[in-house]
Amino acid sequence: MSTLEIRDLHASVTDAAGESREVLRGVDLAVRAGQTHAIMGPNGSGKTTLAYAIAGHPKYTVTQGSITLDGQDVLAMSVDARARAGLFLAMQYPVEVPGVSVSNFLRTAITAVRGEAPKIRTFGKELREAMEQLQMDPSFAQRNLNEGFSGGEKKRHEILQLELLNPKIAILDETDSGLDIDALRVVSAGINRFRDDQAHGVLLITHYTRILRYVQPDFVHVFVAGRIVEEGGSELAEELESSGYERFVKAGAAA
Amino acid sequence: MAGLQGAVETAPVSRLHERQSFDPADFPVPGGREEEWRFTPLRRLRSLHSELGPGDGKVSVVVDAASGVSVGNLEHGDPGLGTAYVPADRVSARAFASFREATLISVPAGYESAVPTWLSVRGEGTEGAAFGHTVVDVQPNARAVVVLDHSGSATYADNVELIVGDGASLVVVSLQGWADDAVHLSHHHARLGRDARLTHTAVTLGGSVVRLAPSVRYAGPGGEAELRGLYFADAGQHLEHRLFVDHAERNCRSRVSYKGALQGSGAHAVWIGDVIIRPAATGTDTYEYNRNLVLTDGTRVDSVPNLEILTGEVAGAGHASASGRLEDQHLFYLMARGIPAGEARKLVIRGFFGELIGRLEVPELRERVTAAIEAELR
Repeated sequence: MSTLEIRDLHASVTDAAGESREVLRGVDLAVRAGQTHAIMGPNGSGKTTLAYAIAGHPKYTVTQGSITLDGQDVLAMSVDARARAGLFLAMQYPVEVPGVSVSNFLRTAITAVRGEAPKIRTFGKELREAMEQLQMDPSFAQRNLNEGFSGGEKKRHEILQLELLNPKIAILDETDSGLDIDALRVVSAGINRFRDDQAHGVLLITHYTRILRYVQPDFVHVFVAGRIVEEGGSELAEELESSGYERFVKAGAAA
Repeated sequence: MAGLQGAVETAPVSRLHERQSFDPADFPVPGGREEEWRFTPLRRLRSLHSELGPGDGKVSVVVDAASGVSVGNLEHGDPGLGTAYVPADRVSARAFASFREATLISVPAGYESAVPTWLSVRGEGTEGAAFGHTVVDVQPNARAVVVLDHSGSATYADNVELIVGDGASLVVVSLQGWADDAVHLSHHHARLGRDARLTHTAVTLGGSVVRLAPSVRYAGPGGEAELRGLYFADAGQHLEHRLFVDHAERNCRSRVSYKGALQGSGAHAVWIGDVIIRPAATGTDTYEYNRNLVLTDGTRVDSVPNLEILTGEVAGAGHASASGRLEDQHLFYLMARGIPAGEARKLVIRGFFGELIGRLEVPELRERVTAAIEAELR
């Protein structure tokens, strides 16, 4: 069973003026297979930075601490090696790549992650079935990667990748943002299919509690000013829903 | 694309293209400061631009014509020569005065052929200059596809006249697949009749110096021209495309879409996009763009769109030029799905060219150009 372990993680970002700013200030978190963790926090608290730091985005520099996956040093791995080791980041703003078709992209990614090219016939069937479950039109596979996709299409496509690439631990960065209620249901069902076998871990980053009605977390962490300031069960999400982040923002600022 | 590159200030388009003559002596030897020569490495032209008279270089021309398309040769002085085009620079005028025999490809009125007529131009050495002339005459309401396929080693200058009659349609694909030591300077000039349509695609991958100038003039209203190009400049290669669309008739349309990649020290790409909309050309619809993907340090791109509008009544007129490196966010997204950096890079570059390759009208050329781009990426 897999474990993603984050210890005392500090990270900084360099802005356009060349000024370095610390955006993660000591994050401790362990996500195990079979668990779903929700990270909730106000805008600008560093939630997305945490997701990017785990995935290895070049914009962020880890200055202290460690990230391991099943004991292996994630920080020593390149971005692609992290994905092949079993980490997946569903992005808040999936990037448009002109001229690269969804089907070509998926085949290339699956080949990289599985270590061998999928057989053409079985790949076609696998892709068709996965798309059907997410209520995606088959013509979608021929479109250019994320180009002209609606917000909902982009998020469905991220979850399609999640299901096809089948990582050990998935980090879902605001996958619920920009979704109408029907799309939210479809996307949540995809996340639940992924986690139902208890063999996968999920780290769900969200601003709102809405998605947590469909994807129930085992743990909720409140993230303020670059670190976790409170932890609890799903009841914590309910408290946030009724009273907001204010109490935690003050506590975070005082820390 | 990251890093926008602005247009360079130049003289008005109308003035740049006003000098025309069949006599090479009417054009002084360029020194390199002239607007139309300032990007071209004259030292590498093996005197194509300075000497006059025929050379003793050898270039063979073989035509494989589609059925119904006739092929012939024209001697100097034939009235069928120079009807569409008058040379606009010294090299072009020298080529016109010096070719041994011109090739005429003609398509009778109303005849429709989707099978390409293949004109293979093969250079057999860089010693001595060689000159060529081709006339493609597509008569009214005919349709034809012509491939100009350049290969081998040469020091070569030529002119191609493309005559597209009223209501006719012509597809031209010009492949510059020269050997590394070739020098090729060429003008492709199209005259479009009323409601005529031209699609011209330049694919420039080979050669030491290639300078290709496709131009279009409309001889009646309703004409449509699509000028596309893709090029890949490696270390030391100078690949220059000089587009000129002259809108002098009403309700004509033009689209110019050029994409290139550069890698290696001294790789140099030049793209000039001159468009003029003359006072009579009301209802003109034109758009041109050039994008360059800079893959390594040590390359140079000069991209100069130049649009001159002399009427107040255009349907649309615009241009865009952007040159930049591969975007980090593209690579990050692909790598975050397990795709190694090298493979991610290739995927993005293939995607960049894929759109233009997919629009090539000759299926076997799609495969050939895809394979050639793959070879560049190896």
